Amino acid sequence: MKNKNKKDNNIQMSEKPTGFSVIVREIKKDKLAMISLGILAILFITVFVSAALLDKEKIMEVSLLDKYAAPGEGFWLGADAGGRSILGQLVIGARNSIVVGFAVTFFTSMIGIVVGLITGYYGGTIDNIIMRIVDFITVLPTLMLIIVFVTIVPKYNLYTFIFIMSIFYWTGITRLIRSKVLTESRREYVLASKTMGTSDFKILFREILPNISSIIIVNSTLNLAGNIGIETGLTFLGFGFPPSTPSLGTLVGYATDPEVLSSKLWIWLPASLLILIMMLSINYVGQALKRAADARQRLG
Amino acid sequence: MWKTVLRRVLIMLPQLFILSIIIFILAKLMPGDPFTGLITPQTDPAAIEELRRKAGLYDPWHIQYIRWMKNAFQGNFGMSYAYKIPVKTLIGQRANNTFILSLVSVILMYSIAVPLGVLAGRYQNSALDRVVTFYNYVSYAVPTYVLSLIMLWFFGYTLGWFPKTGSVTIGLDPGTFKYFIDKIHHIILPAMTYALLATTGTIQYLRNEVIDAKSLDYVKTARSKGVPEKKVYSKHIFRNSILPIAAFFGYTITGLLGGSIFIEQIYSYPGMGNLFISSISTRDYSVVTSLILLYGFLTLLGSLLSDIILSIVDPRIRIE
Repeated sequence: MKNKNKKDNNIQMSEKPTGFSVIVREIKKDKLAMISLGILAILFITVFVSAALLDKEKIMEVSLLDKYAAPGEGFWLGADAGGRSILGQLVIGARNSIVVGFAVTFFTSMIGIVVGLITGYYGGTIDNIIMRIVDFITVLPTLMLIIVFVTIVPKYNLYTFIFIMSIFYWTGITRLIRSKVLTESRREYVLASKTMGTSDFKILFREILPNISSIIIVNSTLNLAGNIGIETGLTFLGFGFPPSTPSLGTLVGYATDPEVLSSKLWIWLPASLLILIMMLSINYVGQALKRAADARQRLG
Repeated sequence: MWKTVLRRVLIMLPQLFILSIIIFILAKLMPGDPFTGLITPQTDPAAIEELRRKAGLYDPWHIQYIRWMKNAFQGNFGMSYAYKIPVKTLIGQRANNTFILSLVSVILMYSIAVPLGVLAGRYQNSALDRVVTFYNYVSYAVPTYVLSLIMLWFFGYTLGWFPKTGSVTIGLDPGTFKYFIDKIHHIILPAMTYALLATTGTIQYLRNEVIDAKSLDYVKTARSKGVPEKKVYSKHIFRNSILPIAAFFGYTITGLLGGSIFIEQIYSYPGMGNLFISSISTRDYSVVTSLILLYGFLTLLGSLLSDIILSIVDPRIRIE
């Protein structure tokens, strides 16, 4: 673990402070990132607007006459085993997956930023204790523990699911922020600020935080893709969203039935492709942001 | 070097201890107990109560924990209530399958990643490099279960090239050549899925390493001494770049364990990941807890292994 930190620090040394103009410039330079950003914008707007217009109750209503209706037979994208519209579930599921992805990214970033700032800035015993906890959580078999938690939590719903996921995924961000703060807090402007008697709180949140904000944005973007992936994956296995809530993972999960997988493509393939496109686009944007934040890799 | 190893092992022990306590508490929180599964309309509730009392389920928790750990150290992880055999035997069989799958996956992974990484670095910005970089992006972004499903649907169902479930055709005699071939035939598709997704780190690392090495002094020296270009790459650059890859081996194993749950589940491959999901569904808790403990132990071992290899390979780290 130690070696990893060391590597991060080396990269940090070569970085110059990044303004948002650099980020915009970098994305404009990268055609694929521009296209990805466009796809994401269209996708998110379409999903959220149509999900708001759709009647969820009606879509989730079972209608056995339409069981496994193929695309075109009364439904644009066909229907599932319960005769429910795939398109409707796709839209609502995508919205739910995106919202949960954002929520988990938000909470883990919040915890990661606060804990990372404190450990990196104060160092010493606090740092030692917290980093041991972080090390410990990092080596846990996370996926299995989440699955166990999901099965033992009474009154399990969307909020508890977001909570359970957040407990396990904050450590990566903490580690990153800590290593950035460690180098940042040795810079002249922090030392100058300290001698002027500025409070630690102000130095941390008004001075250091803005200077590492580009790294936080990059990391959150990449984490967003990861978190949507974990959520849909867990739901796919049957341990994610509660059964009544559609998710992209639920649709893909129908493919565990060999009959659906082999001959009823319209049920699982659209959701799989949607996940794929979303992941690729978010990652492309994330990689462009990463280049913007690391002066050595910039395209120009 | 031995100091580093010793220190790491010493850190590992409390980590394992805490993990075992967490798992024990989780096991206690899980609804039901091992005897709930025995209850049928014919059983006498009092008899079950008696079994519970005899098994010590009403003892204080720390006494139960010590007993559990004592048994675990002696290799006794209890009985599986779904399979009616000792957990040790059950996990042993499955671990064997997972091990073979992992081995084939790792071999495939390195045989894809090493040539691609070196070539992409050598011919930087060529068409090949662009294709490799694109593949890298995609394999980084694709979730395991999406690729598994698409591979199974395409190669398993549509083309029919590979078996769709299981690890071996029933009825073949173990030890025969046919059995071996059949086993490999079953493993290729899941192993390939894993290998295609796991190459990202290695390719990226090798590519960067080769690009960096091109302008380093030792390479310039070799060139100026008249070493042929081919040999500069195969001997000097390759040898220096490949060593640190060994250090990621431990993390590769760790990643494999996480991915195995999805891959084994989708390909119905009877390994540990598949066993974990089915045990959760049948509430076979002695199996669940043992598996988590085993995975936790293997994860720790993987990161320890990586650090040891790294300290052997990279002298800069040995100094500290």
